[in-house]
Amino acid sequence: MLHIRCPYCQELRSEEEFSNAGEAHIRRPPDPAALSDAEWGDYLHFRKNPRGPHREIWVHTAGCRRYFNVLRDTVSYEILEVYPAGVPDPDAPGEPTP
Amino acid sequence: MAAQPKRLAEGGRIDRSRALDFSFDGRALQGYAGDTLASALLANGVDTVARSFKYGRPRGIVGHGPEEPNAILHLGRGPGSIPNLRATEVELFDGLEARSTRSGLQRLFGPFGRFLPAGFYYKTFMQPPRLWMTWERLLRRAAGFGEAPDGRDPDTYDKMNHHCDVLVVGAGPAGLAAALEAARSGARVLVGDEGQEFGGSLLAETLTVAGGSGADWVEDAVAELSSCPDVTLLPRATVSGYYDHNFFTILERRTDHLGPVNGGGSRQRLHRVRARQAVLATGAIERPLVFANNDLPGVMLASSVATYVNRYAVAPGDRLVLFTTNDGAYRTAMDWQGVGREVVAVIDARQNPESAQVRAAMDAGIDVIPGHGVIEASGRGRVSGAVIAPLNDGGVALTGPSRRLACDLIAVSGGWSPTLHLGSQTGVRPRWSDTAGAFLPGDLGEHAVCAGAVTGRRSLRGCIEEGASAGALAASRTGFGDGDTTLATPDTGESPESSPRAMYLVPHGKPVSRAPKQFVDLQTDVTAADIQLAAREGYTSVEHVKRYTALGFGTDQGKLGNVNGVAILARALGQDIDATGTTMFRPAYTPMTFGAAAGRDTGEMFDPERQTPMHRWHEAQGAVWEDVGRWKRPHYYPRSGETMQQAVNRECLAVRDGVAIFDASTLGKIDIQGPDAAEFLDRVYTTGFRRLGIGRCRYGLMLHENGYIFDDGVTARMADNRYLMHTTTGNAEVVYAWLEFWRQTEWPELDVHLTSVTDHWATAAVVGPKARDVLRKLCTDIDFDGDAFRFMDVREGHVADIPARVFRISFSGELSFEVNVPANHGRRVWDALIEAGTEFDITPYGTEAMHVLRAEKGFIIVGQDTDGSVTPADVGMDWAVRRNKAYGFLGDRSLTLADHLRQDRFQLVGLATADPRTVLPEGAQLVEDPGHRPPVAMEGHVTSSYYSARLARSIALAMVKRGSKRTGQILYAPLANGRIVSATVVSPVFYDPEGARQNV
Repeated sequence: MLHIRCPYCQELRSEEEFSNAGEAHIRRPPDPAALSDAEWGDYLHFRKNPRGPHREIWVHTAGCRRYFNVLRDTVSYEILEVYPAGVPDPDAPGEPTP
Repeated sequence: MAAQPKRLAEGGRIDRSRALDFSFDGRALQGYAGDTLASALLANGVDTVARSFKYGRPRGIVGHGPEEPNAILHLGRGPGSIPNLRATEVELFDGLEARSTRSGLQRLFGPFGRFLPAGFYYKTFMQPPRLWMTWERLLRRAAGFGEAPDGRDPDTYDKMNHHCDVLVVGAGPAGLAAALEAARSGARVLVGDEGQEFGGSLLAETLTVAGGSGADWVEDAVAELSSCPDVTLLPRATVSGYYDHNFFTILERRTDHLGPVNGGGSRQRLHRVRARQAVLATGAIERPLVFANNDLPGVMLASSVATYVNRYAVAPGDRLVLFTTNDGAYRTAMDWQGVGREVVAVIDARQNPESAQVRAAMDAGIDVIPGHGVIEASGRGRVSGAVIAPLNDGGVALTGPSRRLACDLIAVSGGWSPTLHLGSQTGVRPRWSDTAGAFLPGDLGEHAVCAGAVTGRRSLRGCIEEGASAGALAASRTGFGDGDTTLATPDTGESPESSPRAMYLVPHGKPVSRAPKQFVDLQTDVTAADIQLAAREGYTSVEHVKRYTALGFGTDQGKLGNVNGVAILARALGQDIDATGTTMFRPAYTPMTFGAAAGRDTGEMFDPERQTPMHRWHEAQGAVWEDVGRWKRPHYYPRSGETMQQAVNRECLAVRDGVAIFDASTLGKIDIQGPDAAEFLDRVYTTGFRRLGIGRCRYGLMLHENGYIFDDGVTARMADNRYLMHTTTGNAEVVYAWLEFWRQTEWPELDVHLTSVTDHWATAAVVGPKARDVLRKLCTDIDFDGDAFRFMDVREGHVADIPARVFRISFSGELSFEVNVPANHGRRVWDALIEAGTEFDITPYGTEAMHVLRAEKGFIIVGQDTDGSVTPADVGMDWAVRRNKAYGFLGDRSLTLADHLRQDRFQLVGLATADPRTVLPEGAQLVEDPGHRPPVAMEGHVTSSYYSARLARSIALAMVKRGSKRTGQILYAPLANGRIVSATVVSPVFYDPEGARQNV
């Protein structure tokens, strides 16, 4: 069972208090109407699913109810980093991402 | 009263002043306090404790701890009885009743079980396919060990959470040393050990520790630990699971050793421990040797023989043959001789054993026979002899004739297998070490240290030393101490051991396939021949061989058999053990009860139940409940003698003809405030809210980004910057989380706040042509006139003197006012409405009538008529979609994906059965040609189906391919009972299509 530090509460709490909300830093296209079906499909369905470090969104469901980002190794499950929602994707500097 | 023929006259950690009566398979026996069930059975000379899984062979006690594969017994009678306990881990108590259990395979095949080869199921039951269902029924009965108790478990179980700096797993020499070091540093320490008392192997050793006995050293260590305020000691507590981020589960048996005591506290407790550091001092389990008939009662592990002699004062035989590959086991022979029993011989597989241990045995007059192996045990029902023969240098062939030594006990030691299960549970693969002749724990990272026999250490002194270092290191990693040890390593008088010989299969005069069975895994009856057969048949992966042969599949997870099995496979495949690898272990280390896993979360504590403020009223009216999410909702209110259908008919007609009342408190309610509230709603709903007037309501569909409906509801504008959103009952939490997700992560710039207010309001829907008459009696500050209070208006005022919001919205198509009052006043207002409505015969109605009424109107229920693949157009609700917003709402773009514009999508229709009395089952599939032979194309399925009292006929909603173009067509529903029902596709709106009734 993971032990996660909520960046808002600043406490290490058990996984039971949290929910995973999928891959982080997926930006909603600013003008969906301008996208082809295939491009929109990429946004809807395609995820990185890496073996290794993975940036994902979690929410402190049974705590402050706020969403934040976690860099987690999908092999060792080690949590390498937690940071609030809204911080730009460190892997893609310059991109305005949530 | 039975004597204890195998009990030694003195010694042991038993209390001879406290005799305990117990029974085994109906025989009355006696043991002493301090005994395990196993030691007491051995003391009484009980040889056979079980029949084997597949072959039904007699089996005796082999081990003395969690590794025991044979003595799997059923304790007690009735609902409180416990199946499949290892007798070696059951503490004896007065009145204990134990019985042996038969495997399902034995029950099914009886004596024919012995003709079953490895992979029998796979070879026999797969062909022909049509017989599989028959076989499966048989196999279901044959599966597993033991019998589940009947009836509800009378015991209680609980759970406890801990946080500690250092968790020490195991309180043997290494664990105690680690705990002492960590405790002295000031760290918060938790020690868990499966034994009834701390000490592990030290309780059964004749070695001296620092001049005293091992038990003395343990006593001092425990005394010191007990005096530390931040140390928690848990005996009878098996650390059974090691999960991510140093989370452990410990199963503590609190009252099992007292027998059935159904009063007061919990029987077992599951400790949930988050440890900053862990010291895994789990020890090692002696490895048996694989030779012919090695399953005869009277073949035991050498360390187990020593344990029964030293700790329990039981000599499980008279004349011992010790068969060993290493020096350590010689102590068993010395101990055996020390209590005045005969050592027939020590058979050492090594050609020239040279060590202090060997010399000491020879000096004591023990016959040491080097370069030999016990190739076969002989005897009927019990060992009566050991057949020995000389081995070649490699230990894989015999070099001379065999001879038989008369004996009644064969103690075996093939070396030691570290108890590395916990580390393996986290996914870290054990690695093979040729030096240790064993698998060792893999790299467990920075949060756990292994110490003692689990790392391959064999000397007691070395284990204590390593335990101390590990304890100091773990503590220092949590900020306590500097990592240096303070414990003086005690002198144990041990001499260094010479190298052991690796031996995993003892050769026989006959080839493996012809020799008497050489058992590798006693619990699942897997032999060396089975493993070689698997290899011949093409299985090369250890994981596949495990599943093909059942090696390691028993409740002991192969604690004894695994390494020998892997080594035999490796040799059959012509590769290294390292390359073959081992299977992984999963929690729990030893079997645990379902009770402990469930803890207090059973019965009414299993899941919280939500009740509305009017719950007691519904209860008093005899409502039948429906569970919706966690809510209890009245399903219908039967009057005496009424069937469900009669009650629902009556409730529906009351709504259509008079006035009725419905508890709608469970609807999700979210208060949305802020200057950007309208913008926010525009983005999450298909409809527009920007221009919605204050005091007006609007219906909206909520879509996922993929364009599919996942919730719907009515939102009202309460003030300039304030809206109240209604969600469906079951989806309230999901919708709230969804909205917060978008607000927090994608649109942080929007100035809007969301508050869940579901529980803050109680809602009574007053519905029917006479609804106005009822409300006018209780509310004077709202004008209920049709022009002043229109459909989809909301008004604030007082109902029964309580501040109220009244929504004129309708899910039934009738005139309807939903009265919302603060939850604490809900019951009072409800009672007032009932009283005011009495003169109009106001009728309470439940969720079933609500469903019928909405289906008459063709209103969908999200999740019943939709299934996560349905767009607004599919259910004919394009009217609720505004596609020209500045910011495309969630799911907007998906509505024009090519697939969603297909003409042959499933679309919502109504169905009218040819026979108006026939109500289609929900979920029924629809076909075009009832005479078509399968496979036949499915044209759709029924999503909602009821009998409508108002229309005096059945009605149904269905999702049908190209449904909107098929009005008038007849479709057929072939039912499971063979009947075929025909129905005509009609409009989904069955009643009042103009909507006149709600606009009065």
